[in-house]
Amino acid sequence: MLKYLTKRFLLMIPTILGVAVVTFFLIRIIPGDVVELRLAGDSSAVSEEVLQKERVRFGLDQPVWKQLLTWVSGIARLDFGTSMWTGAPIWEEIRLRFALSLQVAIMATLVAVLLAIPLGVLAALKQDTWVDYAVRIFSIAGLATPSFWLGIVFILVMLIVFKWLPPMIYTPFWESPWQNMQQLIWPALAVGYRYSAVATRMTRSAMLEVLREDYIRTARAKGLVQKLILSRHALKNAILPVMTVVALEFAFLIGGLVVTEQVFNLNGLGLLFVQAVAHRDYTLIQALVMLVSGCFIVVNFLMDVMYAWLDPRIRYR
Amino acid sequence: MHRRTGLVVLIAVLILAVALPAGSQEKPRSGGELIFVVPSEPPSYDAHQEETFGVIHPMAPHYNTLLRTDAFDKTGTKPVGDLAESWTISKDGLTYTFKLRQGVKFHDGSAMTSRDVKASYDKIINPKGGLKSSRGASYQSVKAVEAPDASTVVFRLKWPESSFLLNLASPWNWIYKADILEKDPRWYEKNVMGTGPFTFVEHVKGSHWVGKKNANYWDKGKPYLDGYRALFVKSSAAQVAAIRGERAHIQFRGFSPAERDSLVQALGPKITVQESPWDCVLMVAMHHEKKPFDDKRVRRALTLALDRYEGSKNLSKIAIVRDVAGVQVPGTPYATPPEELEKLAGYGRDINKSRAEAKRLLKEAGVPEGFSFTFKNRGIPMPYEPVGIWLIDQWRQIGLNVKQEVVEASAYHPMLKRGDFDVAMDFACGFIVEPDLDLHRFNTTSAANYGKHKDTVIDDLFVRQARAGDVEERKKLIRQFEKRLIDEEVHVFYTLQWHRIIPHNSKVKGWTVTPSHYLNNQLDTVWLAE
Repeated sequence: MLKYLTKRFLLMIPTILGVAVVTFFLIRIIPGDVVELRLAGDSSAVSEEVLQKERVRFGLDQPVWKQLLTWVSGIARLDFGTSMWTGAPIWEEIRLRFALSLQVAIMATLVAVLLAIPLGVLAALKQDTWVDYAVRIFSIAGLATPSFWLGIVFILVMLIVFKWLPPMIYTPFWESPWQNMQQLIWPALAVGYRYSAVATRMTRSAMLEVLREDYIRTARAKGLVQKLILSRHALKNAILPVMTVVALEFAFLIGGLVVTEQVFNLNGLGLLFVQAVAHRDYTLIQALVMLVSGCFIVVNFLMDVMYAWLDPRIRYR
Repeated sequence: MHRRTGLVVLIAVLILAVALPAGSQEKPRSGGELIFVVPSEPPSYDAHQEETFGVIHPMAPHYNTLLRTDAFDKTGTKPVGDLAESWTISKDGLTYTFKLRQGVKFHDGSAMTSRDVKASYDKIINPKGGLKSSRGASYQSVKAVEAPDASTVVFRLKWPESSFLLNLASPWNWIYKADILEKDPRWYEKNVMGTGPFTFVEHVKGSHWVGKKNANYWDKGKPYLDGYRALFVKSSAAQVAAIRGERAHIQFRGFSPAERDSLVQALGPKITVQESPWDCVLMVAMHHEKKPFDDKRVRRALTLALDRYEGSKNLSKIAIVRDVAGVQVPGTPYATPPEELEKLAGYGRDINKSRAEAKRLLKEAGVPEGFSFTFKNRGIPMPYEPVGIWLIDQWRQIGLNVKQEVVEASAYHPMLKRGDFDVAMDFACGFIVEPDLDLHRFNTTSAANYGKHKDTVIDDLFVRQARAGDVEERKKLIRQFEKRLIDEEVHVFYTLQWHRIIPHNSKVKGWTVTPSHYLNNQLDTVWLAE
């Protein structure tokens, strides 16, 4: 087990380095730079001398290999530098938004899991009945409905019917749970619905597969009650692929709620990402890509650990 | 007789009854927090170095400038004193002497003196310590800024400049504290310390900015508001929702006609709409070193093809453009009178005649029917997209086959500078309507001369209008400049003037729309009705 975990852990290092290098070069392919954007503005008549001075300040006049070296050595020291747009330390920019994004991701995951597991199990148990059809319609509709569209519908309904709009400023949960929920419950529901649709489909198909296994038939033949068969034997085995889907989706939500955050005007990492790209804020884009890919890598690692823990075949391989 | 007297008294009472509450409603009321939406955010806190209104909107209330534009003047072109109480101009126009207000204090309690004004202007004009200045070039005429005593500031110029006073009313030229600048010229990039009507409370990046009333403000009785809160909201749909859901009172930059209409329809009398021609314009730049645009007949044909009056009627329903204008914003002191405008190429009322002339010119220049070229447009939907489509349609009507290439916004300016275009959309946005500021870009040596025209007549006319002492003489020179620029030589031509639409909560009083979204953001005159 220890050997397996060490191997998985060490594999994370080249992956992170690969992401850093690819990100570094990819964003430099995009035309335009932060200096042009910040100083050219609408009047667009700033002298070349002023622009060049700013490029020197950001180190953009340096050869690309030198910029890469500075960036990679910074990562090694966990120093991601300062934002080229705001001049603030990258960690500060991320810290400000991380709590909100994490909370939306957790809430959406809760919504998804609370909907997906019971519905998926129910659909599998009642296969080809009206219950199954209803769950399938619900989940297919969820797959076909983009979260941001659902978000817009939520906002329009609240505005037109209730003449109310969620608060526009984020209040941490520990400061005012009521204010916090008023703002974040809507994006969590909008995102959680689509997320639950994916997980429901997965739960249903995994359960159907498991329910046809010999050991389930044996359990039934031994006279075990349905509740025990489901919880101890079926769900425990069916949950592995579902957990993978849920975990990867969770990692995606940390920085991937780009459009939903715009719709609800949430000051999260997704919106920060968009702004960083729009501003050509190289240091911030690089740090955000590292953060999101880091989340994916860590979640994957944790999933591998969980797999090994749940499935002895993996840890003894 | 008695009956008639009674009737007169009754009418008088009724008039008073109707008039009095209205009058009392307009008396400023103290208290309340103004909440407004800002579609951009300050990159740094130093207005001397920045370019975006995202700095001005949330931060201007913390500062004063030497002069400002009159908060109630719809043209935004009338300079009045802010920290300057009075001023005199020498007869030769080379010395401006300002007397400062007494008793003005920074938010830390220290007194503001002429030393602070001098230090601020020295930083704007000749920044030191590796700092940049976005507007230093606008003060090339300044020889020296002096502070002979604590309440006097003197600007000595190398040559007389008609626009100098208005240029000092620039909303970017906040007065900083000299002691701070002396210790650290970059201090203001990350900190706030002004003399303005509101003090700084907090800035949560990506979320909001908060200011509260400066109880020791030098203009007694002001500000009326207890404070303000600026919400940073990028998405225009979310901005409209914020106003509609009454989470915000106003957004000071502008909304589209469709957004205005939806707000008016939803909120009725709860919404007040203020509109103004906007000091932003989309122009067409043609590369003078590329064929056939090196031929002024071809350039003239392109402007003659445009039915600006019909375009105005139609585009103003869907885009933030409206007025047909020359080189100055309509309604401002140096704007072209309509009867003179109609004499310029492409501004005539008879579009069939103009287009026949355009076709003749193209034929004469050897441009065949169906000639094809690429028009480069900036990748920003509003109003570049509708105006671009309109232009292509207009040119099609004189037999030109135009392909549009949309260039991503951040790559657009470098593309213009490289001259990598035949015909392209050019753009300009000013912070005050002033010919010197607006026309400088058309000089041969200007960094914004993207079409690379060489015209010493234009350069000479620019200098002459800038130094003209008499308003009427200056107007004449500006008309000559305009005729040369967009009619005779057609170095560039204007499409339609942008149109600024501010639908705001009717509770917001004491704020007047101007042609610039950089002006009137000090909020000292703004108040909220009950």
